Amino acid sequence: MRINNLIRKSAEIRLRVLETALRAGKGHVPPAFSWVDIGVSLFYGGILQIKPSEPRWPERDRFILSKGHGCLTLYAILSDLGFFPKNELENFCGHGCLLAGHPDPNIPGVEIVSGSLGHGLGISAGMALSAKIDGKDWFVYTLLGDGECQEGSVWEAAMFASHHKLNNLVAIVDRNRLGATDFTENSLSLEPFSRRWQAFGWEVVNKNGHDIEQLIDVLSKAKQRTSAQPLLIIADTTKGKGVSFMEGSPLWHHRMPKSEEIQAALKELSQFKSQETN
Amino acid sequence: MRDAFIEALFSRMETNENIFFISADFGAPALDKLRDKYADRFVNVGIAEQNLINVATGLALEGFIVYAYAIAPFLSMRAYEQIRTSISILAQIRDININLIGVGAGLSYDVTGPTHHCLEDSCIMAVLPNFTIFSPSDAILSEKFVDYTLRKSGPKYIRMDGKAQPEIYADEKQISFEDGFTELRKGSEVCIVSTGYMTHEALKVADALSQDNISTGVVDVYFLKPFNEQLLVKIFREYRHIVTMEEAFLNKGGLDTIVEHACFSNRVYIGMTKLGFGDKYVFDVGNREHLYRTNGLDLGNMIKKIKTDLNRN
Repeated sequence: MRINNLIRKSAEIRLRVLETALRAGKGHVPPAFSWVDIGVSLFYGGILQIKPSEPRWPERDRFILSKGHGCLTLYAILSDLGFFPKNELENFCGHGCLLAGHPDPNIPGVEIVSGSLGHGLGISAGMALSAKIDGKDWFVYTLLGDGECQEGSVWEAAMFASHHKLNNLVAIVDRNRLGATDFTENSLSLEPFSRRWQAFGWEVVNKNGHDIEQLIDVLSKAKQRTSAQPLLIIADTTKGKGVSFMEGSPLWHHRMPKSEEIQAALKELSQFKSQETN
Repeated sequence: MRDAFIEALFSRMETNENIFFISADFGAPALDKLRDKYADRFVNVGIAEQNLINVATGLALEGFIVYAYAIAPFLSMRAYEQIRTSISILAQIRDININLIGVGAGLSYDVTGPTHHCLEDSCIMAVLPNFTIFSPSDAILSEKFVDYTLRKSGPKYIRMDGKAQPEIYADEKQISFEDGFTELRKGSEVCIVSTGYMTHEALKVADALSQDNISTGVVDVYFLKPFNEQLLVKIFREYRHIVTMEEAFLNKGGLDTIVEHACFSNRVYIGMTKLGFGDKYVFDVGNREHLYRTNGLDLGNMIKKIKTDLNRN
């Protein structure tokens, strides 16, 4: 897909995320917004080798959403690609529905039960290890939150991955600098973040997490790397990206827009519709 | 027990390429040759139990039959939330064969102090849906369980003693994994229901009671979960008093609570004596015999308690 179309796709996904949450009256919207461009890069930028008609195709690249509360974006992307019908989004959090507030593998395209933080990287490492043992070419891509990196289990997994030279493991941190209630640097400082991961034996790349071209550039080269190290992409992002009053604010974790905020948010997110596509 | 299990697993690894052994820096003599011969299917994750569970999950999702090995208290409790989320919850919708091998049940590591005791695990692991809980009383049971783990998928927790125990099941025909227990002795007055290490104590208690003309049976339960309520209750009905014996905290959801619940919900209203550990950690220093004595579980005290309860009936 050409870059303008990818940018438009991001805008579509953001709008769909908000619409889904508004219909349900709940959802972690700002944490979903911060990784939309990362998600679009992975799923539409020719990075993940997957088959929507065969979600468990054995040779697929595995995508693990370790930051499970960001699932609205994953749901919007998976449904758009055809993993499950788009109208499931209308039933987000509905009685007897497929899509819960945190994802589980009952949902086609979802690999693990997430929602509890700090598990995804270790599970991804186990998968990557099995690929090495079986001589498989597929990669494991996992998306973590930066607040999630306050969990000790993430660092156990980080040590493990570099110790076992899991260079078929690509982790991306959605570095939006916010946890659930406060900035990460106020609660438990993650800086110097890059150096910490490097000290744990990872190759670290810093990218603008909203620049799809930059992200695709680094992601598309991952499989050709000769390094034995696992790869970490620190994607600098803005929580709530796309809706100005949600952006970068500790107030906006799973808070839902009310009254005039709803129309204002929808208006901002719909601007792409009036723009031309190439 | 642990070495019998690992030896059996080692021999299965020759023909089954899907077996993977993962340890949290805990060893065993039998493990050395497994590690050497099957280096591509053995990993020591280091002293990192949370990651042990998560990596085990990743491997199991990719089709490996995983054996995750550590000391029982740290395996079951350090990584409990990982076990809950990455194994128990996930297993309800994904076919994963993960076997948690906890060594050092109860007071196996007697003199090492309360951090290395494990009086909690039978109850906290039984809380988790989708888990099978296996509590063997001898090495033969442990060894036999290996083939069960290969045959039956899903999460399993094996609560193994840390010390070698005398053989009980020299006649393997006595073992029934389908039943989940063995009636080692038949009696008519007192039925001792025990598990793990305590089954050895139970046999001594049964001998002592029998010498006092109290006809005593012993049932060794090795499947704590699923617990064969229907068959066991049938046996309980034949007695007038039950004694539960488990090297675990009392009234916390372990064997005693399971038996009590089985009786009550099947209207088997008979007297019960529960032998185990009270609501306190064991700080006494000493071997198992000493710790049993200081906690009222020496043979004399156990007999006294049972007889007192019998007279109350």
